[in-house]
Amino acid sequence: MRYLPKSPAERQDMLAAIGAKSIDELFSSIPERYRLREALHLPGPLSETEIIDFFKARAAENSGGYTSFLGAGVYNHLRSVVTDAIIQRGEFLTSYTPYQAEITQGTLQAIFEFQTLMCQLTGQEVANASMYDGSTATTEAVLMAERLTGRSRILVARSVHPEYRDVLKTYAKNSGLHVEEIGYGANGTLDQKALQSALKDDVAAVVVQSPNFFGVIETLAPLANAAHASGALLVTAITEGVSLGVMRPPAEADIVAMEAQSFGLAPSYGGPFAGVVASRDKFVRQMPGRLAGQTTDSEGRRGFVLTLATREQHIRREKATSNICTNQALCALAATVHLTLLGKEGLREMAHQNLSKAQFALAELEKIPGVRRAFDAPFFNEFTVELPRSVKIVNAYLLREKIIGPFVLGTAYPELTKHALVCVTETTARAEIERFSAALRRALEQPV
Amino acid sequence: MTDKIKKATTHTNQNEGLIFEKSSPGKRAFELPPLDVPAADAAKSLGIDHRREGVEGFPEVSEIEVIRHFTRLSTWNYAIDLGMYPLGSCTMKYNPRVNEFVARLDGIATEHPYQPQELSQGCLKILQLLEKCLLEITGMDSVTLQPAAGAQGELTGLLLIRAYHEKNGNPRKKVLIPDSAHGTNPATAVIAGYEVENIESESHGQIDVDKLRDLVTPDVAALMITNPSTLGIFEERIPEIAKILHDKGALLYMDGANMNALTGITRPGDLGVDVMHLNLHKTFSTPHGGGGPGAGPVAMKKILEPFRPVPILVEKEGGRLALEQMRPDSIGRVKAFSGNFGVLVRALAYILAYGPGVRQATEDAVLNANYIRKHLEGVFDLPYSLPSMHEVVFSDALQKKNGVNTMDIAKRLIDYGFHPYTTAFPLIVPGALMIEPTESESREECDLFIDAMRSIAEEAATNPELVKTAPHTTRVRRLDEVGAARKPILRWKSQTSRSEAAD
Amino acid sequence: MAYPANYRYTKEHEWVDVKGDVAAIGITDYAQHELGDVVFVELPKVGSKIEAGKTFGTVESVKAVSDIYAPASGEVVEANEVLHNTPETINTDPHGAGWLIKVRLANPAEISGLMDTAAYEAYIASQSKEASA
Repeated sequence: MRYLPKSPAERQDMLAAIGAKSIDELFSSIPERYRLREALHLPGPLSETEIIDFFKARAAENSGGYTSFLGAGVYNHLRSVVTDAIIQRGEFLTSYTPYQAEITQGTLQAIFEFQTLMCQLTGQEVANASMYDGSTATTEAVLMAERLTGRSRILVARSVHPEYRDVLKTYAKNSGLHVEEIGYGANGTLDQKALQSALKDDVAAVVVQSPNFFGVIETLAPLANAAHASGALLVTAITEGVSLGVMRPPAEADIVAMEAQSFGLAPSYGGPFAGVVASRDKFVRQMPGRLAGQTTDSEGRRGFVLTLATREQHIRREKATSNICTNQALCALAATVHLTLLGKEGLREMAHQNLSKAQFALAELEKIPGVRRAFDAPFFNEFTVELPRSVKIVNAYLLREKIIGPFVLGTAYPELTKHALVCVTETTARAEIERFSAALRRALEQPV
Repeated sequence: MTDKIKKATTHTNQNEGLIFEKSSPGKRAFELPPLDVPAADAAKSLGIDHRREGVEGFPEVSEIEVIRHFTRLSTWNYAIDLGMYPLGSCTMKYNPRVNEFVARLDGIATEHPYQPQELSQGCLKILQLLEKCLLEITGMDSVTLQPAAGAQGELTGLLLIRAYHEKNGNPRKKVLIPDSAHGTNPATAVIAGYEVENIESESHGQIDVDKLRDLVTPDVAALMITNPSTLGIFEERIPEIAKILHDKGALLYMDGANMNALTGITRPGDLGVDVMHLNLHKTFSTPHGGGGPGAGPVAMKKILEPFRPVPILVEKEGGRLALEQMRPDSIGRVKAFSGNFGVLVRALAYILAYGPGVRQATEDAVLNANYIRKHLEGVFDLPYSLPSMHEVVFSDALQKKNGVNTMDIAKRLIDYGFHPYTTAFPLIVPGALMIEPTESESREECDLFIDAMRSIAEEAATNPELVKTAPHTTRVRRLDEVGAARKPILRWKSQTSRSEAAD
Repeated sequence: MAYPANYRYTKEHEWVDVKGDVAAIGITDYAQHELGDVVFVELPKVGSKIEAGKTFGTVESVKAVSDIYAPASGEVVEANEVLHNTPETINTDPHGAGWLIKVRLANPAEISGLMDTAAYEAYIASQSKEASA
């Protein structure tokens, strides 16, 4: 077998050196009746070529040849081939977690750069080395707020990604957290009146997303003020990080939970991605996840180490700030390389293209009779439209035109029966936007 | 091994600064295709309040500088592609490149989790096949591929246990955890809302079954066992342990981190385990990438199936696959979308490469560990003498006499071209050296490792200072971790001097 | 390092120095030596109450965190601000400048149950013997 560097003769020699007559002897501590007598029923063995053929066949059964207008937490963005050229290097790909700092300075310095980029993007003072994804990062941010305030009531905007809210509920159930949802107003932003009446001095955190699930941009200052007046913290979730290329960062937030998928990570049917928790320096000891810190060696050279490890599970055990061990390091590295490639100007330009294309798309769709913009508030690259008929039926028509239509908001918000969340990025060609618009017009002209 | 080997300090590669330090306004590394729609007026569209001119401090460098920067950084790393990692409980095996290739295919890497299910049958078939393979390997009835890592798998497992007990009217209060367990175990139990009760190992490092009998009260929800234990020793009495728990209505959770000793040889389900997690980035070869991503699928017996996290893969009429997002008794969602799909693809590719012959990998792993043990017994103290499986745990007791401890030995091993083994774990062995070679090491590599360790033992006796001040050949010497923790500098800031604190 | 004659000591390696009804509390030289270089200290707020036998704070090194147990009950009247910026003071002067908190004792009689210098020195001698056995 090509992954096993032993010849049959070598195996014999090694057994002899151990003093064992057969390999079975080495498993004698497993009671006889539990040792398998026949091989497992598994497909294979396949050669490299056959493995590739198998996955190519699966790939052919997916969505090749379709244009998509889906966002809703996972975004199609341009990715440079340079990123893979770097992260496929064996020294990055096959390296272990950097506990032995002297021989992992590459990983550690890259993490330090990642942490810096995340701070610059979010306007926060310190950021960790990654969590599993945006949904768990948001949950970890909430748990962090709970530790910091000693309170257990959480107010979450309904306009936070439905799956993020689901994950929070799963974790909250067992941590004694009480999660309540705050609705949205006519323009799609958080209902501030509802927030105000819900805020009492038992609230640990107010959680909002911006741009929110409807694509709408929230104004954070009044929310932060309201939260702080009650002694609560403001947690802001970000699912579309490219928005930060052209939008003011959530500096008013006490803790930011961001999904970094938009920074060079393929959609990959939902993972692996990378979440980030960013916050103020004064809260760093309650932060979950790894942190790389700058230091010097015995000869005065700058170097980097994992630091403040006493927060983590391998030391603190039961009292750890999180149980996370393996995180998403290679994904964070990909994001680091990607953002470095884009640079200041590239990210600004990419964000501007998203903004422009989305404006264009909305204008095109608004020309269609019966289509109206649902929320009158600024948006980035996603917006919500209301159609005169069921979005599911419209999407079925679009599918026949090889278009994957917008997200059906009704599946997560029963009151938004005919609403669709349209996403357009720099990867969506003008011709495709126009084709989508024309197809949508035709779909609405179909007999009911 | 001589002192003649000096570390490189003057080569350009060794002096690479932070990317921000090479940054200069106007440089770019990536250009976008031109905008094909009217340019938006950002101030107008977003409003003055939301507008941003550009990210302050973001790097501005050219493409070649990016390539050189990260390439240079990469040369400072040790990696499996370079040599052995004898890290106990990490299973640092070869990461097959075909796995990387298939995960990047158009039609695999490009799929959106919300696209219509009829356009995702390829992805769903991958999930289904992986589920079937993992069930066959573990001997369990049902599996979820949702958790993103072992720790998240542990949490999912404990939440399943809690849901099961709640359904039976009493969630119970405690989880029993051996003192030899990995730190994620107690950390996770607390997050799942349970109290942790530690159970001491007996003199052979195994779970003390008599003590267990007394400890399992109706308040106990489960025991979390690692098998083989973190000492690399098979818990022979696991069927008995399972029975003790089951008799009191409690469940047995197995931390599957050490599956590399069991795959194809025995099945946890057959041994009485009720629920377990697997680490795909350990046993199933998906790359560590400097700390993830991984995946921690959870396999379970039928009794826990109703509580599985969503989404759940189902097969409909005509063989069409779908993901169901709602189940009445589900513990809910543990992560958005559908698991670390890209990692799952890699694990399936690994399984397909071996097929039924996967047993050979396990045999080679156990062979390597025992070969190394045989050649180091007597050179290093062996605190527990029961047969080792895929890993062996020594202690630094013999070397301590000259003031040399496991950390020193580990650092000196670096000078011999190896990554250190796992130091200071498990906690029940003071001064532990936990060694797991995996099946990916050739006999030559094992011999080189043995020679290195024997040489270091000799140095510890004749020249302890050399060992205590190691490593001598790395790009940096031992780093000041105390300073890093006292005055944390966790990001670059413009005009930050080398020793200035972040606040 | 000598253990001050007028201090009292606990099995968890804290020391107490009573002056009137206020007691200064710290960790002993033995404890700081076991812990290694101290990087961070977490102390209770002034005005909060501590309870004999329960933890009131932590002392952290790079590799470990130690809970500190209250030798007696009372109200915290002072916390050592110096440790915020120079936690290493605990290593260099554990019985003096490295004090942790000062407490107004609720029940001064609790102190008499603690070890005196001779008893503590004997206790740590036996601990060291066990460790190397």
